[in-house]
Amino acid sequence: MSDKLPDDLHYTKSHEWVRTLPDGGVEIGITDHAQQALGDLVFVELPEPGRRVAPGESCAVVESVKAASDIYSPVGGVVIASNAALATTPELLNQAPYGAGWLMRIALDDQGARQGLLDADGYAALLAEEQN
Amino acid sequence: MSFIPHTNEDVAEMLSVIGASRVDELFDEIPSTLVAAALQRVPPALSEMEIGRLMSERASLDGRPLCFLGAGAYEHHIPAPVWAIATRGEFYSAYTPYQAEASQGTLQVIYEYQSMMCALTGMEVSNASLYDGASALAEACLTAVRANRASTSRRILVPRTINPTYRQVAQTIAGNQNVVLESVDFDRSQGRTLVDALLPHAGSDYAAVVVQQPNYFGVLEEVDALVDWAHANDMLVIAVVNPLSLAVLKPPGEWGTPAAAKRGADIVCGEGQPLGVPLSSGGPYFGFMTTRMQYVRQMPGRIVGRTVDADGREGFTLTLQAREQHIRRSKANSNICTNQGLTVTAATIYLSLLGAEGLARVAEASMARTRELVTALTAVRGVHAVFTGEGFHEAVLGFDRPVAPLLAALAQRGIQGGVDLSEHFPELGPCLLVCATETKTSDDIARYAQAVDELQNPAALARGAA
Repeated sequence: MSDKLPDDLHYTKSHEWVRTLPDGGVEIGITDHAQQALGDLVFVELPEPGRRVAPGESCAVVESVKAASDIYSPVGGVVIASNAALATTPELLNQAPYGAGWLMRIALDDQGARQGLLDADGYAALLAEEQN
Repeated sequence: MSFIPHTNEDVAEMLSVIGASRVDELFDEIPSTLVAAALQRVPPALSEMEIGRLMSERASLDGRPLCFLGAGAYEHHIPAPVWAIATRGEFYSAYTPYQAEASQGTLQVIYEYQSMMCALTGMEVSNASLYDGASALAEACLTAVRANRASTSRRILVPRTINPTYRQVAQTIAGNQNVVLESVDFDRSQGRTLVDALLPHAGSDYAAVVVQQPNYFGVLEEVDALVDWAHANDMLVIAVVNPLSLAVLKPPGEWGTPAAAKRGADIVCGEGQPLGVPLSSGGPYFGFMTTRMQYVRQMPGRIVGRTVDADGREGFTLTLQAREQHIRRSKANSNICTNQGLTVTAATIYLSLLGAEGLARVAEASMARTRELVTALTAVRGVHAVFTGEGFHEAVLGFDRPVAPLLAALAQRGIQGGVDLSEHFPELGPCLLVCATETKTSDDIARYAQAVDELQNPAALARGAA
């Protein structure tokens, strides 16, 4: 883990990140660590806007050449947008996991729903632990 | 070395770890009422010589009946090179490979197979095969539910003109995954599904409609009208087809009227047995499935693709298998991978040897023989054609009395006369589903018609003898 983790994000133990948007909603993606572990991504399956997801629910699938992995929603709410660019350029997930490779935006059911997420230091500690 | 993997000590040690006292205990959850008795008439062990003799004696009891059975499995001539090539050591494995580095020859055969199935069905992608036609329909139903994003429904319209055993298998497999199959009745005089019968379902949310062409009765469905209706109602179309018939019928990828917004079936599946696989008491056969590129990730099974290696040389590789059970476990699209590699190899060789022209000749000859059979049998007093709809190489014949005794009497004469429809379609009265392929001669057909005449109308026999 050479790169510093963005400290304006929250993280999950299953390697998703959560960014709070100005409107109070959140943007979700997978971490740099996750994209490195998956390898070259070839396909991303995203939920249709309007779908309601529960915290911990499988809501997307990212597929590399040899594996397909579930993405779990860190929060509960309604999907308001998914990243259409990933349909034709899934490699954005590898190139810019914290930026252009975002997966979806969710309007939260409950503003307190982010509890239980890790901050950058907490996630860095988790990664260090996994490496040992 | 010993070929027995576990010694008694190994077994005892494993049992003690899991806290069981004997191996039988591991099966305790199976209700005792379901456990069959020991096989009384199967001897414990025979030598190769003894078993060879016993099996040839049993096989000779079958005789060489003249077969007019169809209903999903068909007797076709299989040119000798098909199995001579398929059983060469290089091909002789039941398994479709999992490994990306599998033999290039095996991968090329699968690639050729997929290409030919796509060409026959008019679709963009084919998987490397499934178990059989019936389970292929079940998988197609599950694929449709996953693929139809305009619908949240798990309901599928299944006309009664679908092979009833396919429906039962689809019900068993897909029904247990909460997919609901709803029946649609057929027109009693034409023997096919009319759009009128679908109309009551318009505006309801269904994932898909199944259309079998030719249908179970051998009758040709009005596929264009059915497909247009389904698409107009946001339903996908699952086509169930006999691959041989596609040599002369419009491929499912072109079903629908040209003016319609969306053309063609969405998922095509069926039984591959007519393509060079012997009847052999019901299997092994193979199922096939093709679909549009947009649904490729919802399709079960794996795909072989053509590519180039680091030096630019052509090669073949597994290009899509990430949704399969060895990778996705319980989240796999399907737990049916495939062990039908050998029958698929035979079908690929059969198709290569016959070519489009040869396949069309087999299809046309089968249609002509069935027409001849229907003409000969309906000339017998008490026998009539049940449906007016145009057919492929099967037909339903009605009789003036129950057909079971007739079939038994025909079997005594070495003739398999057809499939009794009274179990699945009692409302049709006494009926036989009959089929004559290119393997039947005019003499065979005359022999069958004469036998029916003698059995149905003993007076005719007396007259003939006088």
